[in-house]
Parts: sequence; C-alpha cells; structure tokens
Amino acid sequence: MRDLRIGIDEAFRNFTRAYGETLEQLFHPIQLLLNFIEGMLIDSSWVIVLVALAGLVWLLSRNLKIVAGTIVALLLIGYFGMWEDTMRTIAMVSVCTLIAVVIGIPVGILMARSDRANATITPLLDMMQTMPSFVYLIPVVMIFGLGKVPGVIAVVIYAVPPIIRLTNLGIRQVPADVLEAAEAFGSSGRQKLMDVQLPLALPTIMAGVNQTIMMSLAMVVVASMIGVRGLGQPVLQAINNQYFTLGVMNGLAIVAIAIIFDRATQAYGKRLQKHLEAVHG
Amino acid sequence: MAEATHDIEIRNLYKIFGPNAAKHVESVRNGMTKEELKAQHNHVLGLDDINLTIPAGKIQVVMGLSGSGKSTLIRHINRLIDPTAGELLFDGQDIAKMSETELREFRRQRTGMVFQKFALFPHWTVLENTTYGLNVRGVSRREAEERARRWISRVGLDGFEESYPNQLSGGMQQRVGLARALTNDAEILLMDEAFSALDPLIRTDMQSVLLDLQSELKKTIVFITHDLDEALRLGERIAILRDGKIIQQGTGEQIVLRPKDDYIASFVRDVRRGHVISVRTIMRKGARAETPVTLPATTLLEEAARAMTNAEVLRANIQGLDGQHLGMVTLSKCVAEMIAPDDSEDVDPEAQVA
Ligand SMILES: Nc1ncnc2c1ncn2[C@@H]1O[C@H](COP(=O)(O)OP(=O)(O)O)[C@@H](O)[C@H]1O
Ligand SMILES: [Mg+2]
Repeated sequence: MRDLRIGIDEAFRNFTRAYGETLEQLFHPIQLLLNFIEGMLIDSSWVIVLVALAGLVWLLSRNLKIVAGTIVALLLIGYFGMWEDTMRTIAMVSVCTLIAVVIGIPVGILMARSDRANATITPLLDMMQTMPSFVYLIPVVMIFGLGKVPGVIAVVIYAVPPIIRLTNLGIRQVPADVLEAAEAFGSSGRQKLMDVQLPLALPTIMAGVNQTIMMSLAMVVVASMIGVRGLGQPVLQAINNQYFTLGVMNGLAIVAIAIIFDRATQAYGKRLQKHLEAVHG
Repeated sequence: MAEATHDIEIRNLYKIFGPNAAKHVESVRNGMTKEELKAQHNHVLGLDDINLTIPAGKIQVVMGLSGSGKSTLIRHINRLIDPTAGELLFDGQDIAKMSETELREFRRQRTGMVFQKFALFPHWTVLENTTYGLNVRGVSRREAEERARRWISRVGLDGFEESYPNQLSGGMQQRVGLARALTNDAEILLMDEAFSALDPLIRTDMQSVLLDLQSELKKTIVFITHDLDEALRLGERIAILRDGKIIQQGTGEQIVLRPKDDYIASFVRDVRRGHVISVRTIMRKGARAETPVTLPATTLLEEAARAMTNAEVLRANIQGLDGQHLGMVTLSKCVAEMIAPDDSEDVDPEAQVA
C-alpha cells in the first residue's frame, strides 16, 4: 500500500516535470484574461466601477432594491478599505464562472442528448462534489505551482458540476409534446436545440449559473491558500494571527458580494421564466 | 395553395413497442393478440395490420377509446413513430422508407400537425409560434410573418399576435395551434384529439372553424377523436380502432346504421340516429308510392318522419339531386331505424291492411 502510494506520487511528479511547462503555456490565456479584468476593476476610478456594477445588476434584475443594496455594500467596502481585494475577488469569480459556463453548458447538452454520456459523467460529478475542496488544490499545485491560474483551475473544477447538472436537467425537462411539435414541423436536431431546448432550459441553466457563482466564491476563499489574492487572503491571515476584526470584516464583504451575485442572477432567472408559467389552465 | 391531390395509403401496417419488436411481427400476423403479446413477450401491440386509404381532400376521422392506438396511427403518417412493418404510400413514395433528409422535407412541405395539449412554444408570441414552420424551412422573416398574420386573422385571433400562449384561453391557444399548422400551407393536416381538451361549447366552435376552413382549403385531414358526435360531424370517412385494429370503416351514416359488432354498437348507442341517417340509406330502391310527399335523398330520418306526419301520410317518395325518382320509404321504417338498427323487411303498411 505504501509502495503503491509512493509509486503513484512518483509517476505524477514525473508527469508534472515532463508536461507542466506545456500545460502552463496552454492555460496562459486565462492569466491574461484575469489580469485584464482585474486591471480594469482596480485601475479605473471607483466611481466608474461602482456605476458599471450597479448598471449590470440593474440589467440583470430590473429591481431597484437590489441595485440600491449593491451600491450601499460597495460604498461600505470602499470605506473600510477592502475595495482592491473585493475587486480581485470579483474578477476571479467572474473569470471562473465564465469558464465554468463555457465548459459546463456543452457538457450538459451532451449528457442530455446521450444517456450513455449521462451514465458516465454523473458519477464523476458526484465525486467532484463530495470531494473536500482542499483536495483539488494538491494536484493543481503540483502541476502549476502557486498562483492565480492554478487557483482558477481548482475553482472551476469545484464549481462546474452544478451548471453541468442543471443544463442537463433543464433540457431533459423540456415538455415532450413541445419537442414533438418542433419535430413534426421538420426541425433538425440543431434547430430543436437552439429554438426549443436551450431557450426552455434557460431558467434552469440560470439556476445552475447561480450555484456555480456561489461555489466559486466559496472556493476563491479556500484558494487563497495557494496564492490567490483577494478577500480570502486577509481571512487566512486573520486565522493564522487571530485578527478577529480583520477576519469578520472581510468575511462580511464576501457575504455582501455573494448576496449581490445571488439576488441579481436569481432575479434574472425569474424574469426569464415569466412566459413559461401557465396562467390559463 | 396546396390543395390535396394524393391519397395516403396505409398498407399492412404493424407497430409493436418493445426492444425486439421486429421478431414478434410474424406471431402477430399469425393471430397473436395484444394480451398474449404482452403476457408472453412483454411487448405492446400498438397497431395490428392497419389497411386504410385516406382520401385526398377529405376529412378522415379515426375514432377509438383511449389506448386503442389512435395517436400511434396518426404519428406514423409523419413518422414521429417508426413502423415495425408495413407501408405508408403518398405521392409515389413510401413514408416508412424515407431517409432522414427526405423525411424532414416531407414534414416541412407536405404536413402540418395540431396537438391535443396544443404544444405551443411557451417562450414565443402567437406570431412567433405561427411562423415556426416557415422559419424551419428558411423562408424569409418578412414573408413568414406576412403569411402567418393572414392565418392568425383567419382563425380569429386578430390583435393577439404579440400575446404569449399562457395569456390565452384554451380555445384561443388551439386556434394558435391551428394557425401554426395551416401557415405551413401543406396538403396534409394531422389533428390528434385537437379539440378534446376544450369545453363543449368552444369545441363546437372550433369544429365549425375547421369545417369552414376545409370547405375552402380541401386538405387531406386526419382527425383523431374519441367522441362520436365529433366524428360524425367532421368525418367524411370514419375508421374505428380497437386494440390497434381497424374494426370498421365507412361513412358515419354507414357505421351508425349498421354497427359491425357490440363494441361499436355500444359506441353509437346514444347517437340520435334520426339526426345522422338519411332516407337514402334505408329507402326501398326503385319502389314508388302513391303519396303527395317527395323528399330529397339526403333528408335525415327525423325530418322525413316529420314531413310525413305533417302531411298525414305513411309513405314518401325519394328523389335524387336532379329530381329523378330513386325509391320510397315508409314512416314505420323511418321510426324503426330511428330507434335501433332494423333489419326487418320494409313492409308496406297499406299492403298489410289490404
Ligand atoms: N412508446 C410506447 N411504448 C410502449 N407502449 C406504447 C408506447 N406508446 C403507446 N403505447 C401503447 O400503445 C397503445 C396505443 O397507444 P396510443 O396510440 O397512445 O392510444 P390512443 O391515442 O388511442 O389513446 C397503448 O396500449 C399504449 O400503452
Ligand atoms: Mg392519444
């Protein structure tokens, strides 16, 4: 048993030595994207960023209360000197969510279309979701070392299952008779997907996006252990040095952006659903 | 405008549901019943040797109780369900043998379908729903909308173009379903219990809408229903299904007049026979009576009986469309047929007295 463990570890280290470089190259665009968004959020005047974020929340939710809450929360964050860390965290969560969506939706579609893919991938997702989040950090760090990119990879692995699951579920839940109608009118597989399945699954997919954002946010804090900067790091410091107030303040900032993300995406999902609910029997 | 010119000919069609369907066709051909197939092989017999010619430009009704195979049958015509064996001939082609591309073209160009639960696209407006068939075909948006608006107006939904399905009542939703199918301008219209989910009054309304449209469009309509009144009102031809088999086909009048077995008899028991059967079908051909009353051949029994009692006579002569003499009926035969199928010889009451 011990030999086996040593063997696997050794093999993994060799793999890392051989391919680590190439892999890092491959993931370099992520680094660029992350730097770009981070730069934009941090270097622009805070007024512009505040207005832009409030505007975005308005576009998603069309709800003034949520917008007002966003503005107050961001002002408080700025007042207590956590602006830069918050922006880093928002950039990180945005990039991770984007990547998770880009990967998750196609995989979800594949699972919805093929029962075999569904049967293969489902246990994988179960495993990914039950594994303690720290464990992801180990192989990622071994390959990529410390830094933002390994952070993003770990976060995406941790946060991608809900969007996959809910895309799959959303497509499978499309009423059979509506799909049959599309079929009867001579739709191709692609037309069915784009015209009927995805639009009708969209509210469910949005619920997946919402969960993915929440999980990214949680994981970003954990990922501060491998050098991801942002609101997680002060928390980590606070734990190590028993700075109670520092920990609580940053914790509250994380909660605040979590609530903003959550309310905005949920309100958007609700708006999408407006025409899907039966009013008439 | 696609006026229908081709019959749909269904030949020896079998459908068995289950993983080894093809293997069991032979046993079914040799007389295995639905129950036996279920019990011995756990396969479901959906359709059992269907032979049916659906005439071009007519309304063919398929009637039967729930589970008799009506939906299965109509879904073979646009092959939403693949047959286990048999042919579906239309315009020189076997629908059962079409490739995927041919089938898609066939569905797009030659068929439209209306569903029991409407099956509208809930995320689209009435107009967007109605243009769907044309969009799929790649017709330009402007032309599609223009054509769709015409049909929306034709089914009486002017002003609702921008509404969403969930804002409409059931009857209005099915008007959208009808407009969506008609906008395709196809010669075959498939309607699977299209009006069954509607309230009785709205249902009668929709039947009128359909008959009105059909008098102008002359499409080949396959209309599924479990309701005899609806079948008799709409169907120029009626086929009755039971356990996946057609047990009788003909005009409504023929079926009401002479139900082939007890099952059908129980179906037609509550029909106002005098309201469905015409004197033509019960008259004594060639005979002539001494009576002042002469009726057209299409006169219904109720009307004929009323005409005779009003004139206080017991017999009436029957004439064809252009006035030629066809035969005669007696009041007693009329009344007997109104009450129940009557196979007794039509005896002339006057003759008995004399
Ligand atoms: N996909 C299917 N798999 C197995 N059995 C089916 C399937 N579809 C229909 N059946 C069976 O075929 C028979 C006819 O069904 P259907 O055509 O829906 O009847 P109807 O429309 O007349 O109510 C029923 O016994 C039904 O259970
Ligand atoms: Mg049915």
